[in-house]
Amino acid sequence: MTDAHTAGPFIAAIDQGTTSSRCIVFDRDGRIVSVDQKEHEQIFPKPGWVEHNATEIWTNVQEVVAGAIEKAGITRDDIKAIGITNQRETTLLWDKNTGEPVHNAIVWQDTRTDALCKELGRNVGQDRFRRETGLPLASYFAGPKARWLLDNVEGLRERAEAGDILFGTMDTWVIWNLTGGVNGGHHVTDVTNASRTLLMNLHTLQWDEKIAESIGVPLSMLPEIRSSAEVYGEITGGKLGDLLGGIPVASALGDQQAALFGQTCFAEGEAKSTYGTGTFMLMNTGEKIINSYSGLLTTVGYRIGDDKPVYALEGSIAVTGSLVQWMRDQMGLISTAAEIETLALSVEDNGGAYFVPAFSGLFAPYWRSDARGVIAGLTRYVTKAHLARAVLEATAWQTREITDAMTKDSGVELAALKVDGGMTSNNLLMQTLSDFLDAPVVRPMVAETTCLGAAYAAGLAVGFWTSTDDLRANWRRAAEWTPRMDADIRDREYKSWLKAVERTMGWLEDEN
Amino acid sequence: MARNIQSLERAAAMLRLLAGGERRLGLSDIASSLGLAKGTAHGILRTLQHEGFVEQDDTSGRYQLGAELLRLGTTYLDVHELRARALVWTDDLARSSGESVHLGVLHQQGVLIVHHVFRPDDSRQVLEIGAMQPLHSTALGKVLAAYDPVAHSEVLEGERKAFTERTVCAATDFEGVLDITRARGYAADVEETWEGVASIAAPIHDRRRMPVGAVGVTGAVERLCRDGELRPELIAAVRDCARAVSRDLGAGRF
Repeated sequence: MTDAHTAGPFIAAIDQGTTSSRCIVFDRDGRIVSVDQKEHEQIFPKPGWVEHNATEIWTNVQEVVAGAIEKAGITRDDIKAIGITNQRETTLLWDKNTGEPVHNAIVWQDTRTDALCKELGRNVGQDRFRRETGLPLASYFAGPKARWLLDNVEGLRERAEAGDILFGTMDTWVIWNLTGGVNGGHHVTDVTNASRTLLMNLHTLQWDEKIAESIGVPLSMLPEIRSSAEVYGEITGGKLGDLLGGIPVASALGDQQAALFGQTCFAEGEAKSTYGTGTFMLMNTGEKIINSYSGLLTTVGYRIGDDKPVYALEGSIAVTGSLVQWMRDQMGLISTAAEIETLALSVEDNGGAYFVPAFSGLFAPYWRSDARGVIAGLTRYVTKAHLARAVLEATAWQTREITDAMTKDSGVELAALKVDGGMTSNNLLMQTLSDFLDAPVVRPMVAETTCLGAAYAAGLAVGFWTSTDDLRANWRRAAEWTPRMDADIRDREYKSWLKAVERTMGWLEDEN
Repeated sequence: MARNIQSLERAAAMLRLLAGGERRLGLSDIASSLGLAKGTAHGILRTLQHEGFVEQDDTSGRYQLGAELLRLGTTYLDVHELRARALVWTDDLARSSGESVHLGVLHQQGVLIVHHVFRPDDSRQVLEIGAMQPLHSTALGKVLAAYDPVAHSEVLEGERKAFTERTVCAATDFEGVLDITRARGYAADVEETWEGVASIAAPIHDRRRMPVGAVGVTGAVERLCRDGELRPELIAAVRDCARAVSRDLGAGRF
């Protein structure tokens, strides 16, 4: 029996997320020693707009780091490095002389750049920059958000052209502040975060001058692109400087890439899927940049120091856990999210009902903004328990559609799916997922794979762990579900699901 | 018929009083309505408040019915909620103990496994969620029988089969085992269900201090025991896990 959290040294990881900032301290086995977490305000100035106060976020980050260190009962000598993972694409501009943000950060979910993205597509459309960046022109990504700020904050473009303004995603903001801020803070980002800006060329891993010019973002305000695992600088100055001064800041990874890393998906063809409000699936495609013809994104998975970059295909599902919440809050059919399983287990099957939750259109692999949600196959026989089944099956079928697209694009069959996130506590969902994918579904022992990924990358950078093999040895299987469904039933059900999906399309008539 | 307990009768009268007419009443109103001295009424109200049956308004100091009364009718804890709350703690128990972890609840005449974490050694294992275990011979079952009166009557009325030479079957002997379980706060099964297999389990309580389940580790007897005794650090780890889940469900520290 390895004793509970005995001696150090340890690695700390900051997760600057969409709703909260957290810090977790890990030991050498990858076990959690302590956690601290603080939520920040979600600011909704207009429908479709979402902002964060970056000053509040930086204050919270300092508090949770100090809090986690205190809870662990350790000092700076016990911590070998600190890593960062973050909500991706959320965009901030700040004044490099004062350290003050010029505007709230524009959050990834914010859709204010919809029209700008259409305009930027010109006569080519949303795939204008796909070959270079791996991404469609969509409002998620950071570049157009920066352009919007330059266009809409008074006098900002002049200040930017004078070299007074810095651009960053949240990794960049946190690292710049950790390493000294106005007193020599390092203005850097990592390849995974840079790959979500629409400004980085996937092949050179450098800012693409032509695209930056087309989008209207001056190169001078962009951070230097570094690997995901290297020492960017040391904690310097401020409250944290007193507590943790001198500790290397040694990793940065976008949250989904961090989860891929934390799940130790280091080999080509290995994939992870994180089940939260929405679901994000990433598949390691090795050194290959695979262009997607099935509506997936091509992105950088990670890059360790001077090693070759590892690429990934990404598919996201907008509505998974949020559909269960909808059943609870809007429909009132259950009183807690976990009860969806109890309700679903009270019947044998979906009773012929299929639920396609295209609440804000269909995402990968369809990308149809004119679609809206549908419950199909209703008869007098269907009860709320059948709908509960249909809700869980919706998450499983949507995962199946993404894995099919990945197989089509990459030519690699999915051997097993590694899962994490809150919905993995739902046993029926995990079994259904395995049945629908016809592949094993595996849950690792540490649920906090996002923070763990950032800790792993930071630990590799400072030699705390020596290789990815070390990290693989830390990975423990907590549970595994294997397929139990007959192939002909699976095929029949999939056909019905696809029919239901078809019925969602074209509901909105004024979109094209 | 034996004399009824006066303070309970008074408490019942107070609840009826608060349930009818005006929703909030002051201490003197309650005392005078029931013909009680203020000190007596206050003592009963404080007890009811502690149990959650009565709540006191912070500003006015008046009393009203508590939320606990509403929960009385719908008290059962959803087992899937229990699993969701237990997830991180059971993962950590498996990691620290190096053994597989099971979470069980009473279902009919046995223990229903509602959560299972693999032994962290990369060996081939099969998920046992949904499986049933006997109440009288497993550590999970003994914990449930010791703490949950329904499980207790099920196990006494049911057949107690001898799975191995070490299974305790006779009613009086079995009651003795449950007494020890309650006294120690955990139960053990050393080759009483399966040859070569031992397990240790502890009770999970909810915020009403009701026993809602049991959590435990199971593994080869050679690993769980040292010099013929269960390893104390494993017992401590199991009890820590059970306490952590209980706290997550709102139970106070104990």
